Amino acid sequence: MKRRDFLKSTAVFVSGAALSLSALDILEPGEVLAANPELRWGFLVDTYKCVGCGFCVKACKLENEIPLEANVTRTWVERYIMTKDGQVLMDTPKGALNGFTTKLIDQNADGMKKVADEEIAQAFFVPKLCNHCTVPACVQVCPVGATYQTADGAVLVDRTWCIGCGYCIMGCPYGVRFFHPVEHVADKCTFCYHRISNGGNTACAQACPFGARRIGNLRDPRDPVARAVLHQRVGILRDEYGTKPNVYYIGLNEEVR
Amino acid sequence: MVHGEAWTIKDLFVLPNEYVYWSIQIVMYPYMTGLVAGAFVLSSLYHVFGVEKLKNIARFALVFSFALLPVAMMPLLLHLQQPFRGIHVLMTPHFTSAISAFGIVFMTYACIVAAEIWFVYRRFIVETLLRLEQKSSRSAGESILLLIYKLLSLGVRDIGAEALEADHKAVKLLAGVGIPVACFLHGYAGFIFGSVKANALWMTPLMPVIFICSAVVSGIALCIVSYYVFMEIRKWAARRGKNYLLPDAIAHGSAAVDYHHLRSVQDHEVKMTSKYLLIFMTLALTLEMLDMIFRGYTAVKSWDALRMVIYEHDFVKIFILQYGIGNLLPFIMLLIPGITVRRAAAASLLVLFGVLMMRWNVVIGGQAFSLTFAGYMHYHLPIIPHDMETFKEGLAGALTVIATPFVIFYFLNMILPAFMEENSPSH
Repeated sequence: MKRRDFLKSTAVFVSGAALSLSALDILEPGEVLAANPELRWGFLVDTYKCVGCGFCVKACKLENEIPLEANVTRTWVERYIMTKDGQVLMDTPKGALNGFTTKLIDQNADGMKKVADEEIAQAFFVPKLCNHCTVPACVQVCPVGATYQTADGAVLVDRTWCIGCGYCIMGCPYGVRFFHPVEHVADKCTFCYHRISNGGNTACAQACPFGARRIGNLRDPRDPVARAVLHQRVGILRDEYGTKPNVYYIGLNEEVR
Repeated sequence: MVHGEAWTIKDLFVLPNEYVYWSIQIVMYPYMTGLVAGAFVLSSLYHVFGVEKLKNIARFALVFSFALLPVAMMPLLLHLQQPFRGIHVLMTPHFTSAISAFGIVFMTYACIVAAEIWFVYRRFIVETLLRLEQKSSRSAGESILLLIYKLLSLGVRDIGAEALEADHKAVKLLAGVGIPVACFLHGYAGFIFGSVKANALWMTPLMPVIFICSAVVSGIALCIVSYYVFMEIRKWAARRGKNYLLPDAIAHGSAAVDYHHLRSVQDHEVKMTSKYLLIFMTLALTLEMLDMIFRGYTAVKSWDALRMVIYEHDFVKIFILQYGIGNLLPFIMLLIPGITVRRAAAASLLVLFGVLMMRWNVVIGGQAFSLTFAGYMHYHLPIIPHDMETFKEGLAGALTVIATPFVIFYFLNMILPAFMEENSPSH
């Protein structure tokens, strides 16, 4: 056999084999279930119910093995204080891991700020977590496809494939991503995918004593979360980025960004 | 300790996960890539547009651009949290990401530069190869060189007039193709930043164009400075016979180096190149100013936070260091008539500093404010490293990146003499 003939036959065989092998797509039952068009995970945060206790933050860190004392977190709670003269002050000490234990407002390098009770016009708490966007900026910018979107709408990170470039952290308009201090890869809230895909609840929603956080299926008209999104006045964060978030908030106002 | 915590100071309301994640190495990346692209564009001015006056510096710029090439990747690898997985970018590129194109664009560009150098130096390679082969007794160094040249020649030994003419055409073609590819290489580095919609300072379609212009400026400036310095060293070494500073003389005998000749060449090349530097500087400055004015004029929601960063936190870095010392001062220095080599080199050095500050102000400045627009982050470059992270992402890491191309160039110069002059009107 001449070398030329050998190469020719090899090329023909390889292309033929590749075509037939590609037809044999092995279906994972989990994948089929996830691709179910009747399932789309969404989240509802009721800011009227949140008291800033930080139980959700602690539960999340324990569940997902984010070091408690590390200054990064998958979910956090912000405190907003509006004064009568129009000032807006916000803080989130350690992401509210231990709740808000003082009236002083943590302004980082600017120190602790005090606002007299009678100066306050209104104050409230806003829990934040990954929005699992329909058009996720992080998935778009990941250079290796380590950050991906599941068929049922969760955005996850493959820890074995992430190169740790930080582009997704830069690309996320919500600041929910960080580098895991132990794994050294990008990390974020997963909606506790390991729990919800087995019929469970997210750690934060389970830990919330007031029902301020709920996970649900946006495609199921009987689901309480879907009903709230449908029948109540809800808002999303930063819609100007076109990311189409799936975390809905009851009781948002202009200052919350 | 979380990544980023070592050098970030938060002020007012900043989200818990926000840090300056892209630090000094990401400042170095566009800076080094810009130098690569700029040096190549300078060399192409001669090859493509036939600017005869730039003949000698063009050859130097081409080899120097090749020495800078590996260094464009270095900051990225030093910055990655998982450097051993860096190869994934080439193996499983996710094409919706600007970074995924890096491998392809960079490799294409590297091949073009390598091929062009090969065609430029082919005659030299073959001639040296023949010369070394004819030697009856060879030293160990010469034997190694012979092996290298044998490999480099790729078995082609034809240096007839026709073959050289073909080389010449190939060089012209490659330099011509290389210009858009070099611009693409750096324009796309600008796109990496310009397409981040979450970052108010970065997101502008002008970013790639600004990056290309500043790249050409910095590349030309670096070529002027290093050409001046290397020629000074060569003059000094030629006078005193210090051959260890003349790698090409070590490899090929010291006959090639003559003091007076070196001086006239240096004078002529540096002065000519500085004229081109002025042209590109004007363009770069215009675009940067346009971007700034446009932001202020349109004053969208993010402008309050940006204004705070631009006019207060980073005022000295932007207006004094970048525009004043790095742009205006060298601009005036280059415009004053009766330019001397020294003045041109000093001005170019300031320009290099100015472009570095521009990269700094874009990369670090873009992370100086919180996503909430209600807080700020201050970056403190780690000077003394106390672990691997503060070494890689600190002053030491940056200096390593800056020093590497010069080390590569020294050894590259032994094999491909960048200061070689040919009397024939070829490349």
